[in-house]
Amino acid sequence: MSVTCTNLTKRYFTKTAVDQVSMTFEPGHIYALLGPNGNGKSTLMKLLSGLTSRTSGEITVDGHPLSYRDKANIAFAPTESIFFDYMKIRDVGRYYQDYFRDFDPSCFQRLLVELELTPDMKVRTLSSGMLAKLKIAATLSRKASLILLDEPLNGIDLLTRESILHTIIAHADPSRAMVISSHMVEELEATVDTALFMKEGRLILSTDVETLREKEGLSLVDKYRQIYGHGELLKEAM
Amino acid sequence: MDFKSNVPIYLQVIADLKARMLKGEIRPGDKLPSSRELAVTYEINPNTAARIYTEMERQGLSYTRRGIGTFATEDPSVLEYHRNLELKRIIGEFISELESLGCRIEDIPGLIEEYK
Repeated sequence: MSVTCTNLTKRYFTKTAVDQVSMTFEPGHIYALLGPNGNGKSTLMKLLSGLTSRTSGEITVDGHPLSYRDKANIAFAPTESIFFDYMKIRDVGRYYQDYFRDFDPSCFQRLLVELELTPDMKVRTLSSGMLAKLKIAATLSRKASLILLDEPLNGIDLLTRESILHTIIAHADPSRAMVISSHMVEELEATVDTALFMKEGRLILSTDVETLREKEGLSLVDKYRQIYGHGELLKEAM
Repeated sequence: MDFKSNVPIYLQVIADLKARMLKGEIRPGDKLPSSRELAVTYEINPNTAARIYTEMERQGLSYTRRGIGTFATEDPSVLEYHRNLELKRIIGEFISELESLGCRIEDIPGLIEEYK
């Protein structure tokens, strides 16, 4: 399933959160969605997952307009916590199974083992790292074709970040596209194949990461600095 | 493995596999991991991993048997060729490092003698 946005725009009152974004997400790729806070990354994910409606432009799935049927095939993990405190991890699995037809309980079991979580732990007692792992386990257990992970590495320790990235790679497959937004640009260097840079709601660059290294000798972090950091200031000053 | 982030990752993985072949950790004819396994072991993007064997085959370092997998080359002349390249690369780096410290190339044999 490939998902295409054409001139996708979202305005909140006077603020344009997503501005004329055109982009196709192809199966088999892992995308990094990059940019400082407030540049439209989360809004773009919410538009793609159908959680918020667009102001103009369109989203198509394999050529037809995004419908409720496609939404069942898109998994979105927002930044904030998405589980009920009183549940045990086991209940989270059951809840997801009730809610999503594409949820695979045996995959969830395996992911819990991989991520060192046990079914009888209570959500309330989980550390932020464990919550982040649970979110990844629940989201990746859906057989969705488009997986949207909003800041999955935010606010968690190094080892947990590594184990989350490991799980993402192990569960990537040629039939699904994954989009990861993050401030931890350097941690995504080896994980993603395509980087999308957003600035003031616009998608200003979409690039193959290995090509960036090969042709320009630049890492993702270098490119990020060039776009958002001193490089830009220097250019404006000249 | 720690990667340099401004050098293509597939090239760094190839360099690592090649080094292991030259050191004998991977022996001629050994079955190499699938590109999917490479992605998971090296913790790299699967599309990046998929480029690795294409390039290694082009350099003669590996060959694919359809439906069975990818294997390390059994051709001693290929290994010898890559071993020589590697030796030249290391010596080149060594010399330019010494030169940057003001050492002349003709002083180097004497320095090596002293070090022994």
